[in-house]
Amino acid sequence: MKKIILDSLGKSQHRGLNFRDMLYNNEARAFFFQIVTFVLVVGLFYTAIGNLFQNIEERGINTGFTFLKNRAGFDILPFLGNYVVDYTPESSNFSVFYVGLINTLVVAFVGIILSTLIGLFIGIARLSNNYLVAKLAGGYIELFRNVPILLQILFWYNLFINLFPHPKQSFAFFDIMFLNQRGLYLPKPIPEDGFLLVALSLLVGIIASYFVKQHYKKKHELTGIHTSTWPFSVALILGLPIIIFLVLGSPLQFDIAVLGKFNLRGGMNVVPEFLALTFALSVYTATYIAEAIRSGIEAVDKGQKEAAAAIGLTPTQSLKLIILPQALRVAIPPTINQYLNLTKNSSLATAIGYPELMSAFGGTVLNQVGQAVEILAMAMLVYLVISLFISLLLNYVNNKMAIQGR
Amino acid sequence: MKQLLKLSAASLLVVGALSVQASTLGDVQAKGYVSCGVSKGLAGFSSADSSGTWTGVDVDVCRAVAAATLGDAQKVKFVPLTAKERFTALQSGEIDMLSRNTTWTITRDASLGLNFAGVNYYDGQGFMVKSSLGVSSAMELSGAAVCIQAGTTTELNLADWGKANGIEYNSVVSDTNAQTLTNYDAGRCDVLTTDASGLYSMRAAASDPSEHVVLPEIISKEPLGPVVRQGDDQWFNIVRWSLNAMITAEELGVTSATVDEVTNNPERERLMGRSGSTHEYVGLTPDWTYQIVKQVGNYSESFERNIGINTPIGIARGVNALWTDGGILYSPPFR
Repeated sequence: MKKIILDSLGKSQHRGLNFRDMLYNNEARAFFFQIVTFVLVVGLFYTAIGNLFQNIEERGINTGFTFLKNRAGFDILPFLGNYVVDYTPESSNFSVFYVGLINTLVVAFVGIILSTLIGLFIGIARLSNNYLVAKLAGGYIELFRNVPILLQILFWYNLFINLFPHPKQSFAFFDIMFLNQRGLYLPKPIPEDGFLLVALSLLVGIIASYFVKQHYKKKHELTGIHTSTWPFSVALILGLPIIIFLVLGSPLQFDIAVLGKFNLRGGMNVVPEFLALTFALSVYTATYIAEAIRSGIEAVDKGQKEAAAAIGLTPTQSLKLIILPQALRVAIPPTINQYLNLTKNSSLATAIGYPELMSAFGGTVLNQVGQAVEILAMAMLVYLVISLFISLLLNYVNNKMAIQGR
Repeated sequence: MKQLLKLSAASLLVVGALSVQASTLGDVQAKGYVSCGVSKGLAGFSSADSSGTWTGVDVDVCRAVAAATLGDAQKVKFVPLTAKERFTALQSGEIDMLSRNTTWTITRDASLGLNFAGVNYYDGQGFMVKSSLGVSSAMELSGAAVCIQAGTTTELNLADWGKANGIEYNSVVSDTNAQTLTNYDAGRCDVLTTDASGLYSMRAAASDPSEHVVLPEIISKEPLGPVVRQGDDQWFNIVRWSLNAMITAEELGVTSATVDEVTNNPERERLMGRSGSTHEYVGLTPDWTYQIVKQVGNYSESFERNIGINTPIGIARGVNALWTDGGILYSPPFR
């Protein structure tokens, strides 16, 4: 077989381009079929999309994006998105898009942080030498990983609204924080003149403590003398803003929720839909992150731990300085996938009515204006951009963590 | 190559599914059933019992169309839809008609590629609260949390009404009727708002109906009716006149029990298809209206059977009485 091909190739070199030879040439044939496939696929998509728009037009359905400018006319469950956009029913459909986007981002952000913390903790606990701790962590993973996430969201939500008391019998914490079935009511900070200075001093404190840390790190490398930097950090990051805050005469007021006729009014209401969704997503995603962390730790050679012990490092030091830096290298790529999953799973919020992108924009606006193609395309684009952004960010981190070639 | 074939086949399916069906009537008769979009369960309007049989006034409109087009009121495939899904399902051709307590508005009629074929229930938006709250008027609701279903005109009316009356509220939005009701029962919100008929239906389904009060204010007009796709006038006429046949039958005093009696009332004979040629205009058999009344009954029968005063839902005819009885129910003449 090989000989024949070589022969035909040899012949074609002598005779130049020959159709018969091309027909029997594997490379040419493969190329030809790839071109045909490509043309067919593009053609089919082109026809499908053309057909779609033709049908939409024939059925008298509105097309285009002018609906974005129209008045929305409906209310949205008041949460972060509403406050940031200053949403009222008079706002446009495009503001609903922003409200949904912000609510999606806040779930993704809080969920990623929370699931990482839980995942890290459970992942390490599962490898603990303590039998009970290891089995409990294993049980946690098996339980939460094997129940569908939609079910978990509905479970936590319905548990929340049925378990906690009516606003009139709220659990009160020092009479400034309240918890009831309508959510968590926190004091709402109202900054006054001069609060900006306090915020600035916090920033200065963070930057300064970074330089202090760098300084002592250099000293450690040069002289081998280890200096603990945390007292400096505390003084700079906490102390400095507090002093400025007091000097300026406490330029911050708090609005505390009070009981109205039906509800607690005022304050900052963290709605149960958000709490249930974030909790369910974090608890669920954490199981996968925990497994990723465990696989990372187990991938580190046993000799590393023994060597760390041999040079006199404590178990904590060995974990922090030797094991985790190497383990994270293995654990980061699967963890990135879980962050993406969490962000995309947040669209399940539509089941409990948390006003994120798919619920507020892809649901309510879609139903009020009926332009499914435009609205869903916009929503898909947003999830695509968020997902690509997360992977870009974490690919950067991954590159930083990767073994440096010498 | 195999993969390529698979891909092409899949793409052809997409293209095929997207193409316009020329005649809904032809499609329905070819497949042998009417695919009808209904609610996910609203007692008296459209709900399925434990054996999977659908009943309700909205369901009866689907059955009337099946009786008219296929001669058998049972040949309906019910597709339960949430408020949010309903228009997309109809636009995409997944269902042949929508009969799901849907309010007729100009936006829906003129911009969604849909046509409303008539009104089978004149409704209005109301509020329900727990009796223990001691509220007797919707004007006292400032500061309350309101449970509401997503993707409804109710959401829009509530915002308009709140603004006009200076009433502030938190809206708690859910996707389905069931979750809205769960939220209200659990106390996530103080007030439940939807069409008054829906409130009566939910109150009837509650474990103790006397624990809930429907407030007297009606804040909107909600004419509910069946919907079809734009661009198929024959099908539009069939759905519209199937509903009108039920109303006209009540007006003429024809019931499913008396439909076989031959009288000398020419209008009645025309309606029953024993004279005249209305069936030709809509492309159906002469007995199409006869089958509707025989198998489904007239409007009054359907109403009293499903939501009338002797049912647990207990709604009086009110504005839904015939125009001759002081209501606004009115069918153009059959001639």
